[in-house]
Amino acid sequence: MYQYDSYDHAMVADRIAEFRDQVARRLDGRLTEDQFKPLRLMNGVYLQLHAYMLRVAIPYGTLNSTQMRTLAGIARDYDKGYGHFTTRQNLQYNWPALVDIPDILDRLAAVEMHAIQTSGNCIRNVTADPFAGAAADELEDGRPWAEIIRQWSSFHPEFTFLPRKFKIAVNGAKADRAGIRVHDIGLQIVRNDAGETGFEVWVGGGQGRTPRLGHLIKPFLAPEDLLSYLTACLRVYNQHGRRDNLYKARIKILVEALGPDEYGRQVEDEWAVIREGELKLPAAEIARIRRFFDQPKQAEPTPVPVTENRAFARWLDRNRRDHAVEGLSSLVISLKPIGGTPGDITDAQMEAVADLAERFGFDEIRATPDQNLILPHVRNGDLEAVWNGLVEAGLATANAGLATDIVACPGLDYCNLANARSIPIAQAISTLLEAEGLSEKAGDVTIKIDGCINACGHHHVAHIGVLGVDKRGEEFYQITLGGAFGSDAAIGSIIGKGLAGEDVPAAIARLLHTYLDIRAENERFIDTLRRVGSDAFKEAIYADA
Amino acid sequence: MKTITANRLTDGRVIYRTATGDWTTELAEAARLDEDQADAVLEIASDESHIAVGAYLIELEDDRPGGQKWRREGIRLAGPTTGSTHAQATA
Repeated sequence: MYQYDSYDHAMVADRIAEFRDQVARRLDGRLTEDQFKPLRLMNGVYLQLHAYMLRVAIPYGTLNSTQMRTLAGIARDYDKGYGHFTTRQNLQYNWPALVDIPDILDRLAAVEMHAIQTSGNCIRNVTADPFAGAAADELEDGRPWAEIIRQWSSFHPEFTFLPRKFKIAVNGAKADRAGIRVHDIGLQIVRNDAGETGFEVWVGGGQGRTPRLGHLIKPFLAPEDLLSYLTACLRVYNQHGRRDNLYKARIKILVEALGPDEYGRQVEDEWAVIREGELKLPAAEIARIRRFFDQPKQAEPTPVPVTENRAFARWLDRNRRDHAVEGLSSLVISLKPIGGTPGDITDAQMEAVADLAERFGFDEIRATPDQNLILPHVRNGDLEAVWNGLVEAGLATANAGLATDIVACPGLDYCNLANARSIPIAQAISTLLEAEGLSEKAGDVTIKIDGCINACGHHHVAHIGVLGVDKRGEEFYQITLGGAFGSDAAIGSIIGKGLAGEDVPAAIARLLHTYLDIRAENERFIDTLRRVGSDAFKEAIYADA
Repeated sequence: MKTITANRLTDGRVIYRTATGDWTTELAEAARLDEDQADAVLEIASDESHIAVGAYLIELEDDRPGGQKWRREGIRLAGPTTGSTHAQATA
């Protein structure tokens, strides 16, 4: 993985020193809250319902065991002994004191981490396929490109005050596991007819209040032109994006207003001016960054074990993924214990994951957009040892990709923006579906829950989405159906009036029973839904209402 | 009946303003304000941002958070309703 050079170390150290001074000036009254708020947000510090929240960047979701142990230590020493992985492959601490945050940032910097640009109207942490560099269906590892974008966008003077926040995702595999069509810019690595790799550039996707799928504006972008083209994209947005209306400020609104063709034309005009300039990526620099990630993993061609242990077999079936290298597997560590808080992990669990990654996983860990973790490279001969370690740590829930693998935003239990709770709804759904055996029977289904329309929990792109709303002090939940996050990206449709929170789990159970009744053989939930439409499911959801 | 709440500057914890102008984490110790005095006291509290960030009024009913924001303020008072992550990890 990438290692900081002297510039990275100096930039982060300088920023921490600056923020330490800003915190001191806020505490002694030299800065007002209005002056301080934009400064703390630039360092990932929010003020939520109960406490400050610190959002730590995990670039393209990749971290090592040393970094994970540091995250655990911070959770123990400065928080309440746990952290929360988010849908943007970041980690959030829910309880740090403002006075401690400069020290926390020092500890992060010591292991080459920070919280810069995890908030604010800038280019946020770049996300990527969490199986990058390991997936059997990969054309090319997207992480070197994500790292190049990270370096270009960090403290970029022109793009620090954009009309609104800006999210870029990179996917190098056949299957889209980065969500490129629901990002401001999505980059899909492709190969052209000449056998060269480059990027499809998708622009104008996003969720939130106005969910939109991105548009393909460039079918093939040569790798050396990546930064000049991104610069052109950002420049057109920076110039024409709506700064007068918060709700119309994202690039998706601009692309829709201009039309993708006109937006693309303006980008091409700008790009023509800068394409041959200093932003052209030198081949030597691309190769240098790639070397951080091109570390071949050696393994004997040992097959995946066949086991009589039903729990181990079930976990292998659900949580193991094929690897590009014979003899290796990638493993999903579910952070969705039945009835638990999606994405939460204790300090001891973080240390257990770090130990397993160090002993068996080539020292690599990934955070996923589904709020899980991954050990991307594990020798097949070590799978049982890893599983035993996860069992001991309480991390061996065999539900990756199942209906109990629920994504949920922090919701009204933590978030200042939320209108309704998310996590308790997720917990109740998880508990009921498991009790009825539906999680296992229904197979691949995504359920994602949000406590407000900002959609940090990605409900728009869930097969079954749940959106909490507040009606005169009472929580209600709208159900959406038919969304999808990946290669078949789609925005779900609201199917009817909101349900009371206590009615949601049973409604979803009825919906899944209906699916089991009407599905064709081996047909996934989303395919059944697309085949028969939503009416049958709507009937099931409201059967008891 | 109303009272004034905010987040403590140093650590962000939920605090309430007392009748003597101090800030406390205990709702029971918070000032109970009539409609006609609430806005004036809030104006004073808003000038105390060296202690309390984002002061605002909340409604009380039977000495508990009330009105349309009763749930939000109830969660701020009692903490998340999600249960313990540590307990869930060892379940």
